[in-house]
Amino acid sequence: MQTRRREFLVKSVQGTAIAACGGLLWGHLLRQEAVASVLALRPPGALPEADFAAQCIKCGQCANACPYDTLKMATAGSGMPIGTPYFEPRKIPCYMCTDIPCVPPCPTGALSRNLKDITKSRMGLAVIDEENCLSWLGLRCEVCYRVCPVKGRAITIENHPRQISKHAMFVPLVHGSDCTGCGLCEQACPTQVAAIRIINPSLVQGKIGEHYRLGWKQENEITQDFQTSPGTPPMAEEPPAPKTAPGMDTLNQGIEY
Amino acid sequence: MDRPANHPVRLYTPPATLAGKFWDWRYLILRRLTQFSILALFLGTARFGWEIAGRPLLSGNLSASELLGVLPMADPFAVLQQLLTRHLLESEVLIGAAIVMGVYFLIGGRTFCAWVCPVNPVTDFAGWLRNKLRIPNMFWIPRQLRYWVLALALVLSALLGVAAFEWVSPISLLHREIIYGAGLGLTAVAGIFLFDLLVEKHGWCGHLCPLGAFYALLGRFALLRVRFDDPGCTRCGECVRVCPEPKVLDFKLAAQNGLIISGACSNCARCIPICPEGSLKFGLRVRAPITPNHGG
Repeated sequence: MQTRRREFLVKSVQGTAIAACGGLLWGHLLRQEAVASVLALRPPGALPEADFAAQCIKCGQCANACPYDTLKMATAGSGMPIGTPYFEPRKIPCYMCTDIPCVPPCPTGALSRNLKDITKSRMGLAVIDEENCLSWLGLRCEVCYRVCPVKGRAITIENHPRQISKHAMFVPLVHGSDCTGCGLCEQACPTQVAAIRIINPSLVQGKIGEHYRLGWKQENEITQDFQTSPGTPPMAEEPPAPKTAPGMDTLNQGIEY
Repeated sequence: MDRPANHPVRLYTPPATLAGKFWDWRYLILRRLTQFSILALFLGTARFGWEIAGRPLLSGNLSASELLGVLPMADPFAVLQQLLTRHLLESEVLIGAAIVMGVYFLIGGRTFCAWVCPVNPVTDFAGWLRNKLRIPNMFWIPRQLRYWVLALALVLSALLGVAAFEWVSPISLLHREIIYGAGLGLTAVAGIFLFDLLVEKHGWCGHLCPLGAFYALLGRFALLRVRFDDPGCTRCGECVRVCPEPKVLDFKLAAQNGLIISGACSNCARCIPICPEGSLKFGLRVRAPITPNHGG
């Protein structure tokens, strides 16, 4: 009886040990493979990466529904989490179909059906390498600005005066408030390696926090600490913007700007 | 077990004619046909946009799919793992999993293994080659191990918050990489092939695969079963030799029930044409077992 009990106990401990070893190895493999990837650009409406990794069943119905073959399913060894959909904008960007055909086929809700307006999707954020951007180098390019489907909002062109030349620079600026990360800009960028690229916002986007006040912006109401007393006169208005940009007076004389 | 004395034990003799051979391979041919047509439907829909009346024919893969844009289907084991990660899933995938579960509950869970699973042709080939080359088992692995792997998959899914088996499943991997483009996933399948060929007979499907284990549990009460005619049987053992799950051919149990009751039986039907007495046939599980030996 004693030996049988001992045998049973030893067997149980051995079994548990094997299960624990197997579980640890398996868990390690999962932590390598099934981790949320900041490098993968997901289809429109994708849940936050950790939830997406849990909910995507890797069926590829989103990829089948994409009319442009934008979405690819990650193969093992591709560096992306196995079997999940992603896209590479330099090859094929997201053309932002207004009916968002890739989202409804998702059977699990890993692509959220709350996304009704494609311009509200945030697949990534365009980031400009100013050192290799033709416009920032002083050439006229602005291709990214022209191909941007959220034209005039996601990418704007600012003109910068230059110290030693009388030609102004027209440089693109990306606005995270409107950029969907569709990647049309990255695909169109004429440099050998794209100087504007789509990246997971978490890799580049900062956050100013709660305690800064941009007092000159009207939407930032003055907090109660600084509330003006009823008697004080209203603040002076901003001086009117100059009618022409710096440099314009000598450059394009006679042309209305 | 008493056998009729005037009943000589015959062994299986392959038919001389080609037609006879094909007739004996009928279930094998049918299985390969179903396996490859299902794969072809997925592949055609994904790669060539096959559709009927503007509806995609069979979009997705074995993890989750939609037939003609209306009928959702999903792998119930994958969905179970996902639910254990405590994420709320859309109803499509839940309905799809219920439909697939219902079908396999009726036709036998492991019917998936022998008739649908894309890994089956690979392991069948490894098994066939192993027989030809007469390679012995390297060491003994208990067949119950797969149920432990199944339990571990569920525990890990709950602990790590991701579908533990679905992420590393060589079945999904092979299937997906055939449909959507090949990568290193095919090496995992090469691994299974070598394991089955050189290490353990029926190693993957018969000992390790948690999906097969899940379907074995689901198929316990299946309606479609291999029926066993005990009086005709001479216990020649040909069926046990070809069966990938020899334990399911327990003659005593089979005689008592008039059918193969184990959920581990994959309805592969290798045993049916090989039986020299014709004692094994597909049939339905019926309440009263037809066993004249036991007061029938």
